[in-house]
Amino acid sequence: MSAARRLDPVLLLALPAVLYIAVIYGVPLLVLLGRSLLVGGVPSLAPFISFFSDGFSWIVIGNTVRISVLVTLLCLVIGYPTALALARTRGAMQALILVAIILPLSVGVVVKAFAWQIVLRRDGIVSQFMTGIGLWDEPQRLLFTEAGLVIGAANVFVPFMILPIYSVLKLIDPRLGEAAATLGASPFYRFFKVALPLSLPGIVTGIAFVFSMAASMYVIPSLLIGDRFQTLATLTGRSFLFMRNEQLGSTTAVVLLVLTVAVVVASASLSKRLGGAS
Amino acid sequence: MTLTERIASVTVWLLAIATVVFLLTPLVVTVAVSFGSSAVFTLPAPSWSLRWYQALGRSRELWPVVAASVQLAALSTAIALALGTLCAIGLLRSNFRGRDAVVTFLVSPLMLPGLVIGIAMLETFRAAGLRDVWASLILAHVVITLPYVIRTVYAALSLFDFTLIDAARTLGLSYPKAVLKVLVPALAPAFLTSGMFAFLASMDNYPISIFFTDAWTKTLPIQMLQYVEESPDPTIAAISTLLILLAVAVLIVGDRLVGLRRMADL
Repeated sequence: MSAARRLDPVLLLALPAVLYIAVIYGVPLLVLLGRSLLVGGVPSLAPFISFFSDGFSWIVIGNTVRISVLVTLLCLVIGYPTALALARTRGAMQALILVAIILPLSVGVVVKAFAWQIVLRRDGIVSQFMTGIGLWDEPQRLLFTEAGLVIGAANVFVPFMILPIYSVLKLIDPRLGEAAATLGASPFYRFFKVALPLSLPGIVTGIAFVFSMAASMYVIPSLLIGDRFQTLATLTGRSFLFMRNEQLGSTTAVVLLVLTVAVVVASASLSKRLGGAS
Repeated sequence: MTLTERIASVTVWLLAIATVVFLLTPLVVTVAVSFGSSAVFTLPAPSWSLRWYQALGRSRELWPVVAASVQLAALSTAIALALGTLCAIGLLRSNFRGRDAVVTFLVSPLMLPGLVIGIAMLETFRAAGLRDVWASLILAHVVITLPYVIRTVYAALSLFDFTLIDAARTLGLSYPKAVLKVLVPALAPAFLTSGMFAFLASMDNYPISIFFTDAWTKTLPIQMLQYVEESPDPTIAAISTLLILLAVAVLIVGDRLVGLRRMADL
């Protein structure tokens, strides 16, 4: 049918935005990828070979992956119960949790990282609290440590773990749990056999969001851990902004791009498969 | 309720409440520091004072930067609202294979590392001979704002029943009037909410802007980070408190427009 094959004129409305994103965002990313595979105009893998054969690169990759995994785990541990509570409550309590998630999302990351600088100092409130309850013998500084970085980053990214999990949990029919209870399933059995499997697509999406954002963060490590600790993202930024080593920066940018795209694509297909199975 | 069930339920609630406190901590600390008299961020503050707000009012460096950021965010949000709304309507009203892939591509700037996007744009803009700071910033910031508009308006439109427009026309309205009376009111909340979030995202952007600003033209987050790294004092907390107030305003307006629960739909 020719009518069906002809492009709908209403699609012309989408054209300006699609062209804009393609030219201003798509083309530059392709150029970046293309140029990273060229040295002096000749196709070459040399920059990547030298990057991956350098011991320092592996320290940086290790830092990136370790911090991202820790941030993701912390977000999952505190985010899942929060999503569960959010899905099971109504009224003022639900509004409070929603405000606590949405309000920080609307506040800039520089503001929040700056606040964590104050909180994590030796005389900051975390240190005062821990010594106050007797867990620490003397005040400690968490600022400029990996633990401090993980706490600050998890604070910024945990909404991106809670919201996808909440969005699948709120769709689960509460009668499923009741049915399982009627059939004699224990609460733990019910959680692990009903709620948890059904919320897996949300968990996968949340993990992918948080992991890729933690791997890409630049402002948070700049303020909470400093120059001694490099990740792929901070090394990329510094190569361009301070070291003027654009060759290294382009290489690490491509490695970071490939890592985050792989995580996002893998999680999208995984959560689609998990969603389809339920 | 059995004992184990009660323990599990209490644990879930304790963790949820702890998370709420954790999430609000940086905001509360910022506000508290901004009203404290201590120049070294001592908490609890020895006494309360408005001196950092007075310092902020006198600042000659900060206000031009705030003005620049607001202009940039307003302009890039306006462009994004126009392009993004048309795009969402166009995509939703036409049905073709690969439409989902196109939508994913259009919102992908939200998911990829900002630094990498910034570097890619920097290299391409340079190669194209574009050196003007403002033009580069606006071109780049529309890439930040557009995905918010497309995502939210597209989601709202997919809930809209387009036969309502035909119904309005059957009842005697002309096509433009039918769109004005039926589609515009249905779309307005999503349009305004996405505009607010796009505006905030532009105001907040660091990793893309850093490649296009120079010593004379800076955006607010870049100036603020420089301040925090070079000469931290609670003036930064004062401006941060104003930004938190802006976020509170957005939250209240958003709640009125679409409700908190729909604002939580990522």
